[in-house]
Amino acid sequence: MADIVLDQVTKRFPDGALAVDRISLDIADGEFVILVGPSGCGKSTTLNMIAGLEDITEGELRIGGQVVNDKAPKDRDIAMVFQSYALYPHMTVRENMGFALKLAKNPQSVVDEKVNEAARILDLTQHLERKPANLSGGQRQRVAMGRAIVRDPSAFLMDEPLSNLDAKLRVQMRTEVSRIQRRLGTTMVYVTHDQTEAMTLGDRVAVMRNGLLQQVGAPQELYDRPDNLFVAGFIGSPAMNFMPATVDGGTMHTPLGDAPLSGRVRQALERANAPRDLIVGIRPEAFEDASLVTADARQNGIGFRATIDVLESMGSDVYVYFAKDIERGVDAVELAELARDSGRADTGASGDTVVARIDTATRIREGDDAELWADLRTMHVFDPATGRNITLGGDGRAGGDGSADAPGGDGAVS
Amino acid sequence: MGRNDNRKKIGWGAANTIAVALTLIPVLWIVSLSFKTPTAIVDANPWPKQWTWSNYSGILQTSQFLRPLLNSMGIGVIATLIAVLLASMAAYAVARLEFPGKQVLIGMALLIAMFPAISLVTPMFSIERALGLFNTWPGLIIPYVAFGLPLGIYILSAFFREIPWELEKAAKMDGATPFQAFTRVIAPLAAPGMVTTAILVFLFCWNEFLFAISFTSTIGARTAPAALAFFSGSSQFTSPTGPIAAAAVVITIPIIIFVLFFQRRIVAGLTSGAVKG
Repeated sequence: MADIVLDQVTKRFPDGALAVDRISLDIADGEFVILVGPSGCGKSTTLNMIAGLEDITEGELRIGGQVVNDKAPKDRDIAMVFQSYALYPHMTVRENMGFALKLAKNPQSVVDEKVNEAARILDLTQHLERKPANLSGGQRQRVAMGRAIVRDPSAFLMDEPLSNLDAKLRVQMRTEVSRIQRRLGTTMVYVTHDQTEAMTLGDRVAVMRNGLLQQVGAPQELYDRPDNLFVAGFIGSPAMNFMPATVDGGTMHTPLGDAPLSGRVRQALERANAPRDLIVGIRPEAFEDASLVTADARQNGIGFRATIDVLESMGSDVYVYFAKDIERGVDAVELAELARDSGRADTGASGDTVVARIDTATRIREGDDAELWADLRTMHVFDPATGRNITLGGDGRAGGDGSADAPGGDGAVS
Repeated sequence: MGRNDNRKKIGWGAANTIAVALTLIPVLWIVSLSFKTPTAIVDANPWPKQWTWSNYSGILQTSQFLRPLLNSMGIGVIATLIAVLLASMAAYAVARLEFPGKQVLIGMALLIAMFPAISLVTPMFSIERALGLFNTWPGLIIPYVAFGLPLGIYILSAFFREIPWELEKAAKMDGATPFQAFTRVIAPLAAPGMVTTAILVFLFCWNEFLFAISFTSTIGARTAPAALAFFSGSSQFTSPTGPIAAAAVVITIPIIIFVLFFQRRIVAGLTSGAVKG
């Protein structure tokens, strides 16, 4: 058991590329922290530096209070699960799991005992004498976990351990990883590019982009109070809708319609000395079929009409997609990057589609010119130049102001 | 369709028979000669009328053949072990590391493999004389290692390249030193490649004739193929054709056993990297 502290850790490759830029992160003993971000954001490099597989260019890495910058992986007492599992093909499951213990010169009886125990936890007992080639994907994944568990290390590092599994198995193993971590109570650093995995697994999530740490916090906090455009767009599925807005006196003009500025938003804008042109972000669930909103509630948002492009019924929810002329004016680099990462840039889907999650009681049909309503209390306002979330308060950090924007109940996360 | 299939089978069968016969005829001829009596050597019969073991018993009783056979084995085994050991380390570096001069190293290895051996005989003869290596085991082992290495590096680097690098990282995380990672994870996985390399290098050493005859002067270091050339008849008027044929058969037997046994490995080595396993 140990805490892991990254203090201004930087990685610069020999060709000059800056992969990780002064990351500082305190991971408490027993904590489950997720590093998440699009590919190339430096999350795997960060993990490899913690593991000792990559040298640290600058900064300090401490595990259990000890500086380990120059220690070999084997002297750091950490175990790692690789994306490809990296099982030794010439060894049986038992030998794979016992390899580290054998190298550490444990007596055979201890090795057997620990391997059997881990196999029992992971339900691998009947497969112990088989070779990895004869196992299914899920079983291989469990062997990889087992190899880490038997060592009883002070921390686990996981590099996208579930990304080679099919969707159904991935959800199962996600629960499994969570259960094992809770049971063992070992510090875990988990890298993924999948925001759903990040949201469901971690105690805390660290979002990275271009080698920089964007925001660290509990999943719900990242969701409710994103520091900037990138985090807002990355966390949440379907993603937050962004549209340009202009402030004119006490009124905000958006593609959905005009709305009076609420007191809190106005204060936040004044304090931040915000420009006139802004980007607003509205989550899909902030929308509703206008006919299902009580007249009382309506004054907290704006009603508007839109032609429904596509309607997806998920059973528990209904997603509607409609077009609004919002592409123009939303050209922040962060959003372009998010589009690239999600593959939207490749599929050619235009950025001016808005996604709304509405109640299943709706009578809206595909192709309707429907009347919708958007709740503006949970709206976020971003500065297009810096990407900063203005509604969170002056310093861009989670402040007292932001929580007032959140709907009732969500304020309790921090 | 059935008739078509049959016709195809017959066609291929005929082609195969011809190909096999063409390659086997010289071998069978040698076998036949080795069982003939001296007087029957020049008769036109393809097969001996009178079978005799005398050629075999003759060569197996003379140190003129037994000692070179021992030399062949000793030199072949030692050269193979050294070549595989060095080649596996060099190939690992070539496959895994980026270092200055890597392309030069690969180029040099290829150059050595393609260098016409005959052009090296004269200078190497002088060098070996000067160094006192002439007519010794090391005098043959060293050039054999030199010529076995390029082959070994090529085959083994193809094998190493196919081993996922993450296995080595996993071994490191499991607490292995770089040497342990190599010996306990990487080398066992490359073992088929090493066996293949060993077989090919050994075959090369076993069959080599030019250096063997140039750098030796007595049966103290002369290998079996070279020794054959020095066989003499029982008198100066009898040609030693029978004994030579018998000796040729004897030194071919290990090769045949080797190849039958390791056939698949040899093919795997020669085609490794060509297709994804």
